[in-house]
Amino acid sequence: MSDINNYVAPRSLDEAAEALRAGNVTLLAGGTDLMPQSRSGRTPLRPTLVNIRRIPELRGLSESGGTIRIGPLATITELRDSALVRERLQALWQACDSFASDQVRNAATIGGNICNASPAGDTLVPLLVLDAQVELASKPNGALAKRALPLADFVLGPGQTARASTELLSGIVVASSPEDFISSFFKFGTRPALDISMISIGFAARRAGKTLRDVRVAFGAVAPRPIRAPATEAALEGKALDDNVIGAAAKAADAEIHPISDVRASDWYRREMVRNMFTRMLTHVRDH
Amino acid sequence: MSATIDIRFRLNGVDTEVSVPATMSALEMLRDRLDLTGTKYACGEGECGACTISVDGVTVNSCLMFAADCDGRELMTIEGLAASSVGEALRASFTRNGAVQCGFCTPGIMMQAHSVLQKHGSCEPADLKRTIEGNLCRCTGYVKIIDSMAEACVAADEGA
Ligand SMILES: Cc1cc2nc3c(=O)[nH]c(=O)nc-3n(C[C@H](O)[C@H](O)[C@H](O)COP(=O)(O)OP(=O)(O)OC[C@H]3O[C@@H](n4cnc5c(N)ncnc54)[C@H](O)[C@@H]3O)c2cc1C
Ligand code: FES
Ligand code: FES
Repeated sequence: MSDINNYVAPRSLDEAAEALRAGNVTLLAGGTDLMPQSRSGRTPLRPTLVNIRRIPELRGLSESGGTIRIGPLATITELRDSALVRERLQALWQACDSFASDQVRNAATIGGNICNASPAGDTLVPLLVLDAQVELASKPNGALAKRALPLADFVLGPGQTARASTELLSGIVVASSPEDFISSFFKFGTRPALDISMISIGFAARRAGKTLRDVRVAFGAVAPRPIRAPATEAALEGKALDDNVIGAAAKAADAEIHPISDVRASDWYRREMVRNMFTRMLTHVRDH
Repeated sequence: MSATIDIRFRLNGVDTEVSVPATMSALEMLRDRLDLTGTKYACGEGECGACTISVDGVTVNSCLMFAADCDGRELMTIEGLAASSVGEALRASFTRNGAVQCGFCTPGIMMQAHSVLQKHGSCEPADLKRTIEGNLCRCTGYVKIIDSMAEACVAADEGA
Protein backbone atom coordinates (compact mmCIF):
# COMPACT_ATOMS: atom_id res chain seq x y z
CA MET A 1 0.00 0.00 0.00
CA SER A 2 1.22 3.45 -0.89
CA ASP A 3 2.00 6.27 1.50
CA ILE A 4 -0.50 8.95 2.28
CA ASN A 5 0.73 12.37 3.42
CA ASN A 6 -2.61 13.87 3.89
CA TYR A 7 -6.06 12.68 4.98
CA VAL A 8 -9.09 14.96 4.86
CA ALA A 9 -12.77 14.45 5.61
CA PRO A 10 -14.53 17.49 4.15
CA ARG A 11 -17.95 18.51 5.46
CA SER A 12 -19.24 20.09 2.26
CA LEU A 13 -19.15 19.56 -1.49
CA ASP A 14 -17.35 22.86 -1.86
CA GLU A 15 -14.55 21.75 0.48
CA ALA A 16 -14.22 18.42 -1.30
CA ALA A 17 -13.98 20.10 -4.70
CA GLU A 18 -11.32 22.42 -3.30
CA ALA A 19 -9.28 19.42 -2.11
CA LEU A 20 -9.61 17.83 -5.55
CA ARG A 21 -8.43 21.02 -7.23
CA ALA A 22 -5.14 20.76 -5.39
CA GLY A 23 -4.54 17.45 -7.20
CA ASN A 24 -3.16 13.99 -6.42
CA VAL A 25 -6.28 12.85 -4.63
CA THR A 26 -7.95 9.47 -4.11
CA LEU A 27 -11.60 9.66 -3.10
CA LEU A 28 -12.96 7.30 -0.45
CA ALA A 29 -16.64 6.45 -0.10
CA GLY A 30 -17.53 3.04 1.40
CA GLY A 31 -14.06 1.60 0.78
CA THR A 32 -15.34 -1.82 -0.33
CA ASP A 33 -13.47 -1.56 -3.64
CA LEU A 34 -10.74 0.80 -2.54
CA MET A 35 -9.50 -1.22 0.44
CA PRO A 36 -8.89 -4.52 -1.40
CA GLN A 37 -7.66 -2.76 -4.54
CA SER A 38 -5.15 -0.60 -2.68
CA ARG A 39 -3.95 -3.54 -0.55
CA SER A 40 -3.27 -5.66 -3.60
CA GLY A 41 -1.55 -2.79 -5.37
CA ARG A 42 -4.07 -2.73 -8.23
CA THR A 43 -5.04 0.86 -7.39
CA PRO A 44 -2.19 2.62 -5.57
CA LEU A 45 -3.51 5.38 -3.32
CA ARG A 46 -2.47 8.91 -4.23
CA PRO A 47 -0.80 11.10 -1.57
CA THR A 48 -4.05 12.72 -0.43
CA LEU A 49 -6.97 10.58 0.71
CA VAL A 50 -10.29 12.45 0.74
CA ASN A 51 -13.09 10.75 2.66
CA ILE A 52 -16.33 12.13 1.20
CA ARG A 53 -18.72 10.28 3.49
CA ARG A 54 -19.55 13.25 5.75
CA ILE A 55 -20.87 15.42 2.93
CA PRO A 56 -24.63 15.99 3.36
CA GLU A 57 -25.12 17.19 -0.25
CA LEU A 58 -24.06 13.76 -1.49
CA ARG A 59 -26.67 11.85 0.49
CA GLY A 60 -30.34 11.14 0.05
CA LEU A 61 -32.85 10.10 -2.52
CA SER A 62 -35.63 12.36 -3.76
CA GLU A 63 -38.26 12.78 -6.43
CA SER A 64 -39.33 16.10 -7.87
CA GLY A 65 -40.39 17.60 -11.18
CA GLY A 66 -40.42 14.31 -13.08
CA THR A 67 -36.96 13.20 -11.99
CA ILE A 68 -35.51 11.00 -9.29
CA ARG A 69 -32.20 12.12 -7.85
CA ILE A 70 -29.92 9.68 -6.09
CA GLY A 71 -27.04 10.90 -3.95
CA PRO A 72 -23.81 9.04 -4.77
CA LEU A 73 -23.42 8.15 -1.08
CA ALA A 74 -26.68 6.20 -1.01
CA THR A 75 -25.72 2.70 0.06
CA ILE A 76 -26.98 -0.40 -1.70
CA THR A 77 -28.98 -1.17 1.46
CA GLU A 78 -30.62 2.28 1.42
CA LEU A 79 -31.65 1.79 -2.20
CA ARG A 80 -32.91 -1.73 -1.52
CA ASP A 81 -34.97 -0.47 1.44
CA SER A 82 -36.45 2.43 -0.54
CA ALA A 83 -40.09 2.11 -1.65
CA LEU A 84 -39.39 4.67 -4.39
CA VAL A 85 -36.68 2.47 -5.88
CA ARG A 86 -38.67 -0.72 -5.47
CA GLU A 87 -41.77 0.67 -7.14
CA ARG A 88 -40.36 3.02 -9.76
CA LEU A 89 -36.90 1.72 -10.63
CA GLN A 90 -37.48 -2.02 -10.50
CA ALA A 91 -34.34 -3.00 -12.41
CA LEU A 92 -32.16 -1.02 -10.00
CA TRP A 93 -33.95 -2.52 -7.02
CA GLN A 94 -33.36 -6.04 -8.35
CA ALA A 95 -29.67 -5.26 -8.84
CA CYS A 96 -29.42 -4.02 -5.23
CA ASP A 97 -31.28 -7.08 -3.97
CA SER A 98 -28.84 -9.49 -5.58
CA PHE A 99 -25.76 -7.42 -4.68
CA ALA A 100 -23.08 -9.02 -2.47
CA SER A 101 -23.85 -9.68 1.21
CA ASP A 102 -25.66 -7.69 3.88
CA GLN A 103 -22.34 -6.45 5.25
CA VAL A 104 -21.08 -5.26 1.85
CA ARG A 105 -24.44 -3.70 0.89
CA ASN A 106 -24.42 -1.71 4.15
CA ALA A 107 -21.11 -0.05 3.25
CA ALA A 108 -21.05 -0.02 -0.56
CA THR A 109 -22.31 3.17 -2.23
CA ILE A 110 -23.86 3.56 -5.65
CA GLY A 111 -21.36 6.34 -6.47
CA GLY A 112 -18.48 3.99 -5.69
CA ASN A 113 -20.01 1.29 -7.86
CA ILE A 114 -20.34 3.70 -10.81
CA CYS A 115 -16.89 5.26 -10.43
CA ASN A 116 -15.20 1.89 -9.97
CA ALA A 117 -16.42 1.22 -13.54
CA SER A 118 -16.19 -2.56 -13.43
CA PRO A 119 -17.44 -4.36 -16.56
CA ALA A 120 -19.59 -6.33 -14.10
CA GLY A 121 -20.71 -3.35 -11.93
CA ASP A 122 -24.24 -4.32 -10.98
CA THR A 123 -25.86 -0.89 -10.73
CA LEU A 124 -24.50 0.18 -14.13
CA VAL A 125 -26.66 -2.15 -16.18
CA PRO A 126 -30.02 -1.04 -14.69
CA LEU A 127 -28.93 2.61 -14.73
CA LEU A 128 -28.13 2.27 -18.45
CA VAL A 129 -31.65 1.05 -19.26
CA LEU A 130 -33.07 3.80 -17.04
CA ASP A 131 -31.15 6.34 -19.20
CA ALA A 132 -29.42 7.74 -16.12
CA GLN A 133 -27.40 10.94 -16.19
CA VAL A 134 -24.46 11.51 -13.91
CA GLU A 135 -23.55 14.88 -12.49
CA LEU A 136 -19.94 15.87 -11.83
CA ALA A 137 -18.83 18.70 -9.57
CA SER A 138 -15.55 20.61 -9.52
CA LYS A 139 -14.12 24.07 -8.85
CA PRO A 140 -12.38 24.95 -12.12
CA ASN A 141 -11.82 28.62 -11.24
CA GLY A 142 -12.68 29.06 -7.63
CA ALA A 143 -16.45 28.57 -7.90
CA LEU A 144 -18.31 25.28 -7.69
CA ALA A 145 -19.42 24.13 -11.16
CA LYS A 146 -21.39 21.11 -12.30
CA ARG A 147 -21.76 19.27 -15.56
CA ALA A 148 -24.08 16.43 -16.48
CA LEU A 149 -23.58 13.63 -18.97
CA PRO A 150 -25.29 10.36 -19.83
CA LEU A 151 -24.00 7.37 -17.88
CA ALA A 152 -23.42 5.67 -21.24
CA ASP A 153 -20.75 8.32 -22.01
CA PHE A 154 -19.28 8.24 -18.50
CA VAL A 155 -18.08 4.66 -18.17
CA LEU A 156 -15.36 4.12 -20.77
CA GLY A 157 -13.68 0.82 -19.92
CA PRO A 158 -12.52 -1.29 -16.99
CA GLY A 159 -11.80 1.22 -14.21
CA GLN A 160 -11.98 4.09 -16.67
CA THR A 161 -14.45 6.94 -16.66
CA ALA A 162 -14.87 10.39 -18.20
CA ARG A 163 -14.30 11.92 -14.75
CA ALA A 164 -11.46 14.46 -14.70
CA SER A 165 -9.10 14.04 -11.74
CA THR A 166 -10.46 17.31 -10.28
CA GLU A 167 -14.09 16.20 -10.44
CA LEU A 168 -16.30 14.12 -8.21
CA LEU A 169 -19.58 12.38 -8.89
CA SER A 170 -22.19 14.52 -7.14
CA GLY A 171 -25.50 13.03 -8.27
CA ILE A 172 -27.31 10.45 -10.36
CA VAL A 173 -30.50 11.52 -12.11
CA VAL A 174 -33.16 9.36 -13.75
CA ALA A 175 -36.51 10.37 -15.23
CA SER A 176 -39.37 9.09 -13.08
CA SER A 177 -40.98 6.57 -15.30
CA PRO A 178 -44.49 6.63 -16.75
CA GLU A 179 -47.13 4.21 -15.45
CA ASP A 180 -46.77 1.74 -18.32
CA PHE A 181 -42.99 1.49 -17.86
CA ILE A 182 -41.47 -1.80 -16.80
CA SER A 183 -37.85 -2.66 -16.09
CA SER A 184 -35.99 -5.70 -14.90
CA PHE A 185 -32.50 -6.95 -14.14
CA PHE A 186 -31.05 -10.42 -14.20
CA LYS A 187 -27.63 -11.48 -12.91
CA PHE A 188 -25.86 -14.77 -12.95
CA GLY A 189 -22.84 -15.64 -10.81
CA THR A 190 -21.61 -18.86 -9.24
CA ARG A 191 -21.92 -17.97 -5.55
CA PRO A 192 -25.13 -15.99 -5.71
CA ALA A 193 -24.34 -13.41 -3.08
CA LEU A 194 -20.67 -12.78 -3.37
CA ASP A 195 -19.50 -13.52 -6.83
CA ILE A 196 -19.38 -10.65 -9.24
CA SER A 197 -21.67 -11.16 -12.17
CA MET A 198 -20.69 -13.66 -14.82
CA ILE A 199 -23.27 -12.01 -17.02
CA SER A 200 -26.04 -9.53 -16.32
CA ILE A 201 -28.96 -8.22 -18.37
CA GLY A 202 -31.05 -5.08 -18.00
CA PHE A 203 -34.32 -4.54 -19.79
CA ALA A 204 -36.81 -1.67 -19.85
CA ALA A 205 -39.75 -0.64 -22.00
CA ARG A 206 -43.16 0.96 -22.05
CA ARG A 207 -45.75 -1.58 -22.85
CA ALA A 208 -49.31 -1.68 -24.06
CA GLY A 209 -50.48 -5.27 -23.88
CA LYS A 210 -47.78 -7.33 -25.57
CA THR A 211 -46.40 -4.42 -27.60
CA LEU A 212 -43.20 -2.73 -26.53
CA ARG A 213 -42.07 0.84 -27.11
CA ASP A 214 -39.04 2.83 -26.05
CA VAL A 215 -37.21 -0.47 -25.56
CA ARG A 216 -33.84 -0.43 -23.79
CA VAL A 217 -31.51 -3.36 -23.35
CA ALA A 218 -28.12 -3.47 -21.63
CA PHE A 219 -25.61 -6.21 -20.90
CA GLY A 220 -22.93 -6.46 -18.21
CA ALA A 221 -19.73 -8.50 -18.08
CA VAL A 222 -19.80 -9.32 -21.80
CA ALA A 223 -17.64 -6.40 -22.99
CA PRO A 224 -14.99 -4.10 -21.44
CA ARG A 225 -17.83 -2.00 -20.02
CA PRO A 226 -21.56 -2.50 -19.52
CA ILE A 227 -23.16 -1.77 -22.90
CA ARG A 228 -26.48 -0.76 -24.40
CA ALA A 229 -27.54 -3.00 -27.28
CA PRO A 230 -29.15 -0.84 -30.01
CA ALA A 231 -29.68 -3.61 -32.60
CA THR A 232 -31.38 -5.76 -29.95
CA GLU A 233 -33.55 -2.81 -28.96
CA ALA A 234 -34.49 -2.28 -32.66
CA ALA A 235 -35.48 -5.95 -32.96
CA LEU A 236 -38.06 -5.37 -30.21
CA GLU A 237 -39.18 -1.78 -30.81
CA GLY A 238 -42.86 -1.41 -31.68
CA LYS A 239 -43.32 -5.17 -31.90
CA ALA A 240 -45.76 -7.43 -30.13
CA LEU A 241 -43.80 -10.08 -28.27
CA ASP A 242 -44.16 -13.55 -29.76
CA ASP A 243 -41.77 -16.47 -30.20
CA ASN A 244 -40.42 -15.12 -33.49
CA VAL A 245 -39.71 -11.65 -32.12
CA ILE A 246 -38.11 -13.08 -28.99
CA GLY A 247 -35.95 -15.40 -31.13
CA ALA A 248 -34.86 -12.52 -33.36
CA ALA A 249 -33.99 -10.37 -30.33
CA ALA A 250 -31.90 -13.14 -28.77
CA LYS A 251 -30.05 -13.53 -32.06
CA ALA A 252 -29.43 -9.78 -32.28
CA ALA A 253 -28.12 -9.84 -28.71
CA ASP A 254 -25.70 -12.62 -29.55
CA ALA A 255 -24.30 -10.53 -32.40
CA GLU A 256 -23.90 -7.46 -30.18
CA ILE A 257 -21.98 -8.87 -27.22
CA HIS A 258 -18.25 -9.52 -27.08
CA PRO A 259 -17.63 -11.78 -24.11
CA ILE A 260 -14.18 -12.93 -23.10
CA SER A 261 -13.09 -16.18 -21.51
CA ASP A 262 -11.70 -15.80 -18.01
CA VAL A 263 -11.57 -17.63 -14.69
CA ARG A 264 -15.31 -17.19 -14.20
CA ALA A 265 -16.62 -18.47 -17.51
CA SER A 266 -15.74 -19.15 -21.12
CA ASP A 267 -16.84 -16.96 -24.00
CA TRP A 268 -19.11 -19.80 -25.23
CA TYR A 269 -20.78 -20.20 -21.83
CA ARG A 270 -21.41 -16.48 -21.47
CA ARG A 271 -23.07 -16.42 -24.90
CA GLU A 272 -25.27 -19.35 -24.00
CA MET A 273 -26.26 -17.67 -20.72
CA VAL A 274 -27.10 -14.36 -22.41
CA ARG A 275 -29.18 -16.06 -25.13
CA ASN A 276 -31.07 -18.29 -22.74
CA MET A 277 -31.61 -15.80 -19.95
CA PHE A 278 -32.60 -12.99 -22.28
CA THR A 279 -35.12 -15.33 -23.94
CA ARG A 280 -36.44 -16.25 -20.51
CA MET A 281 -36.73 -12.60 -19.47
CA LEU A 282 -38.66 -11.66 -22.60
CA THR A 283 -40.92 -14.70 -22.27
CA HIS A 284 -41.64 -13.63 -18.71
CA VAL A 285 -42.52 -10.11 -19.89
CA ARG A 286 -44.83 -11.58 -22.56
CA ASP A 287 -46.62 -13.88 -20.13
CA HIS A 288 -47.11 -11.41 -17.24
CA MET B 1 5.38 6.80 6.42
CA SER B 2 1.68 7.32 6.17
CA ALA B 3 -0.09 10.28 7.71
CA THR B 4 -1.46 9.62 11.18
CA ILE B 5 -4.99 10.64 12.06
CA ASP B 6 -6.49 11.19 15.49
CA ILE B 7 -9.98 9.77 15.69
CA ARG B 8 -12.68 9.52 18.37
CA PHE B 9 -15.65 7.23 18.42
CA ARG B 10 -17.83 5.23 20.79
CA LEU B 11 -16.74 1.63 21.04
CA ASN B 12 -18.98 -0.80 22.89
CA GLY B 13 -20.45 2.13 24.75
CA VAL B 14 -17.13 3.70 25.74
CA ASP B 15 -15.64 6.92 24.34
CA THR B 16 -12.43 5.97 22.61
CA GLU B 17 -9.57 7.97 21.10
CA VAL B 18 -6.82 6.56 18.99
CA SER B 19 -4.20 7.63 16.41
CA VAL B 20 -4.12 5.51 13.30
CA PRO B 21 -2.19 5.48 10.03
CA ALA B 22 -4.38 6.60 7.10
CA THR B 23 -4.11 3.20 5.44
CA MET B 24 -5.00 1.07 8.48
CA SER B 25 -8.20 -0.96 8.39
CA ALA B 26 -10.78 -0.85 11.17
CA LEU B 27 -10.05 -4.55 11.72
CA GLU B 28 -6.33 -3.91 12.30
CA MET B 29 -7.17 -1.06 14.64
CA LEU B 30 -9.48 -3.23 16.73
CA ARG B 31 -7.14 -6.19 16.95
CA ASP B 32 -3.69 -4.59 17.03
CA ARG B 33 -4.33 -1.24 18.70
CA LEU B 34 -7.28 -1.87 20.97
CA ASP B 35 -6.62 -5.51 21.75
CA LEU B 36 -10.15 -6.57 20.86
CA THR B 37 -9.27 -9.89 19.27
CA GLY B 38 -12.79 -11.34 19.16
CA THR B 39 -13.18 -9.87 15.67
CA LYS B 40 -11.34 -12.25 13.36
CA TYR B 41 -9.10 -11.72 10.35
CA ALA B 42 -9.36 -14.35 7.61
CA CYS B 43 -9.79 -13.42 3.95
CA GLY B 44 -9.26 -9.66 4.27
CA GLU B 45 -11.46 -9.17 1.20
CA GLY B 46 -15.06 -9.03 2.37
CA GLU B 47 -15.77 -12.65 1.45
CA CYS B 48 -15.94 -14.53 4.75
CA GLY B 49 -17.58 -12.23 7.30
CA ALA B 50 -15.26 -13.25 10.17
CA CYS B 51 -14.46 -9.55 10.70
CA THR B 52 -18.10 -8.40 10.94
CA ILE B 53 -18.73 -5.51 13.33
CA SER B 54 -21.61 -3.08 13.75
CA VAL B 55 -21.16 0.58 12.80
CA ASP B 56 -23.98 3.05 13.51
CA GLY B 57 -26.33 0.12 13.90
CA VAL B 58 -25.54 -1.82 10.73
CA THR B 59 -23.07 -4.63 10.16
CA VAL B 60 -20.04 -4.14 7.92
CA ASN B 61 -16.83 -6.01 7.12
CA SER B 62 -14.21 -4.26 9.26
CA CYS B 63 -11.47 -5.52 6.88
CA LEU B 64 -12.93 -3.30 4.13
CA MET B 65 -13.27 -0.20 6.29
CA PHE B 66 -10.59 2.45 6.74
CA ALA B 67 -9.99 2.96 10.47
CA ALA B 68 -10.04 6.71 9.88
CA ASP B 69 -13.64 6.38 8.76
CA CYS B 70 -14.63 5.29 12.29
CA ASP B 71 -14.26 8.90 13.43
CA GLY B 72 -17.46 10.17 15.04
CA ARG B 73 -19.27 6.87 14.77
CA GLU B 74 -20.72 4.23 17.09
CA LEU B 75 -19.03 0.82 16.92
CA MET B 76 -19.95 -2.48 18.50
CA THR B 77 -17.80 -5.60 18.39
CA ILE B 78 -18.44 -9.11 19.64
CA GLU B 79 -16.99 -8.06 23.03
CA GLY B 80 -19.76 -5.46 23.33
CA LEU B 81 -22.42 -7.87 22.16
CA ALA B 82 -21.24 -10.58 24.56
CA ALA B 83 -21.81 -8.24 27.49
CA SER B 84 -25.45 -7.65 26.53
CA SER B 85 -28.57 -9.73 27.18
CA VAL B 86 -29.04 -10.39 23.44
CA GLY B 87 -25.46 -11.65 23.33
CA GLU B 88 -26.25 -13.96 26.25
CA ALA B 89 -29.30 -15.32 24.47
CA LEU B 90 -27.38 -15.91 21.24
CA ARG B 91 -24.56 -17.65 23.05
CA ALA B 92 -27.02 -19.92 24.88
CA SER B 93 -28.80 -20.82 21.68
CA PHE B 94 -25.57 -21.48 19.72
CA THR B 95 -24.26 -23.67 22.54
CA ARG B 96 -27.49 -25.64 22.91
CA ASN B 97 -27.67 -26.36 19.19
CA GLY B 98 -24.00 -27.24 18.75
CA ALA B 99 -23.57 -24.39 16.24
CA VAL B 100 -19.93 -23.87 17.21
CA GLN B 101 -16.97 -26.10 16.40
CA CYS B 102 -13.64 -24.28 16.06
CA GLY B 103 -15.49 -21.02 16.75
CA PHE B 104 -13.54 -18.93 14.27
CA CYS B 105 -16.58 -17.77 12.31
CA THR B 106 -18.78 -17.46 15.40
CA PRO B 107 -18.17 -13.82 16.41
CA GLY B 108 -18.95 -12.62 12.87
CA ILE B 109 -22.01 -14.80 12.63
CA MET B 110 -23.28 -13.65 16.03
CA MET B 111 -22.84 -10.00 15.03
CA GLN B 112 -24.83 -10.69 11.90
CA ALA B 113 -27.47 -12.67 13.85
CA HIS B 114 -27.77 -9.79 16.29
CA SER B 115 -28.42 -7.37 13.45
CA VAL B 116 -31.18 -9.65 12.16
CA LEU B 117 -32.80 -9.73 15.61
CA GLN B 118 -32.64 -5.93 15.84
CA LYS B 119 -34.38 -5.48 12.51
CA HIS B 120 -37.28 -7.65 13.67
CA GLY B 121 -37.30 -9.37 10.31
CA SER B 122 -38.63 -12.80 9.55
CA CYS B 123 -37.56 -15.78 11.70
CA GLU B 124 -38.10 -18.19 8.79
CA PRO B 125 -35.00 -20.35 8.22
CA ALA B 126 -34.99 -19.56 4.47
CA ASP B 127 -34.92 -15.81 5.18
CA LEU B 128 -32.33 -16.16 7.94
CA LYS B 129 -30.15 -18.09 5.52
CA ARG B 130 -30.04 -15.12 3.17
CA THR B 131 -28.92 -12.82 5.96
CA ILE B 132 -25.72 -14.82 6.54
CA GLU B 133 -24.76 -15.18 2.88
CA GLY B 134 -21.71 -13.09 3.71
CA ASN B 135 -20.50 -15.40 6.50
CA LEU B 136 -18.50 -18.54 5.80
CA CYS B 137 -18.16 -21.44 8.26
CA ARG B 138 -15.72 -24.23 7.44
CA CYS B 139 -16.72 -26.73 10.09
CA THR B 140 -20.19 -26.61 11.56
CA GLY B 141 -22.37 -26.63 8.50
CA TYR B 142 -25.05 -24.02 8.32
CA VAL B 143 -28.03 -26.04 9.53
CA LYS B 144 -27.16 -25.75 13.21
CA ILE B 145 -26.29 -22.10 12.83
CA ILE B 146 -29.63 -21.32 11.17
CA ASP B 147 -31.44 -23.38 13.83
CA SER B 148 -29.76 -21.36 16.57
CA MET B 149 -30.56 -18.09 14.87
CA ALA B 150 -34.20 -19.13 14.40
CA GLU B 151 -34.47 -20.11 18.04
CA ALA B 152 -33.01 -16.83 19.28
CA CYS B 153 -35.18 -14.96 16.79
CA VAL B 154 -38.41 -16.58 17.99
CA ALA B 155 -37.39 -16.10 21.64
CA ALA B 156 -36.73 -12.39 21.00
CA ASP B 157 -40.11 -12.03 19.28
CA GLU B 158 -41.89 -13.68 22.18
CA GLY B 159 -40.01 -11.60 24.72
CA ALA B 160 -40.97 -8.38 22.89
C1 LIG C 1 -17.12 -9.28 -1.16
C2 LIG C 1 -17.52 -8.24 -2.16
C3 LIG C 1 -18.64 -8.47 -2.96
C4 LIG C 1 -19.02 -7.54 -3.93
N1 LIG C 1 -20.13 -7.79 -4.68
C5 LIG C 1 -20.49 -6.92 -5.65
C6 LIG C 1 -21.64 -7.17 -6.45
O1 LIG C 1 -22.39 -8.14 -6.25
N2 LIG C 1 -21.92 -6.29 -7.45
C7 LIG C 1 -21.15 -5.20 -7.69
O2 LIG C 1 -21.45 -4.44 -8.61
N3 LIG C 1 -20.08 -4.91 -6.92
C8 LIG C 1 -19.74 -5.75 -5.92
N4 LIG C 1 -18.64 -5.46 -5.12
C9 LIG C 1 -17.83 -4.25 -5.39
C10 LIG C 1 -18.12 -3.02 -4.49
O3 LIG C 1 -18.72 -3.39 -3.28
C11 LIG C 1 -19.00 -2.01 -5.20
O4 LIG C 1 -18.41 -1.61 -6.41
C12 LIG C 1 -19.33 -0.76 -4.33
O5 LIG C 1 -20.52 -0.19 -4.82
C13 LIG C 1 -18.27 0.29 -4.28
O6 LIG C 1 -18.72 1.37 -3.47
P1 LIG C 1 -17.83 1.98 -2.29
O7 LIG C 1 -18.61 3.10 -1.73
O8 LIG C 1 -17.41 0.93 -1.36
O9 LIG C 1 -16.61 2.52 -3.13
P2 LIG C 1 -15.09 2.86 -2.74
O10 LIG C 1 -14.33 1.62 -2.58
O11 LIG C 1 -15.05 3.85 -1.64
O12 LIG C 1 -14.70 3.58 -4.10
C14 LIG C 1 -14.66 2.91 -5.34
C15 LIG C 1 -14.03 3.83 -6.39
O13 LIG C 1 -14.90 4.90 -6.72
C16 LIG C 1 -14.29 6.15 -6.42
N5 LIG C 1 -15.38 7.00 -5.90
C17 LIG C 1 -16.24 6.67 -4.91
N6 LIG C 1 -17.18 7.64 -4.78
C18 LIG C 1 -16.90 8.58 -5.71
C19 LIG C 1 -17.51 9.83 -6.08
N7 LIG C 1 -18.63 10.30 -5.49
N8 LIG C 1 -16.96 10.56 -7.09
C20 LIG C 1 -15.85 10.09 -7.72
N9 LIG C 1 -15.23 8.94 -7.42
C21 LIG C 1 -15.74 8.19 -6.42
C22 LIG C 1 -13.18 5.84 -5.46
O14 LIG C 1 -12.14 6.77 -5.55
C23 LIG C 1 -12.74 4.46 -5.94
O15 LIG C 1 -11.90 4.58 -7.04
C24 LIG C 1 -18.25 -6.35 -4.12
C25 LIG C 1 -17.14 -6.12 -3.30
C26 LIG C 1 -16.78 -7.04 -2.33
C27 LIG C 1 -15.60 -6.76 -1.47
S1 FES D 1 -11.72 -10.95 6.95
FE1 FES D 1 -13.19 -9.47 6.47
S2 FES D 1 -14.61 -10.59 5.32
FE2 FES D 1 -13.04 -12.03 5.60
S1 FES E 1 -17.13 -23.16 13.57
FE1 FES E 1 -15.24 -23.34 12.57
S2 FES E 1 -15.45 -21.93 10.95
FE2 FES E 1 -17.41 -21.98 11.76
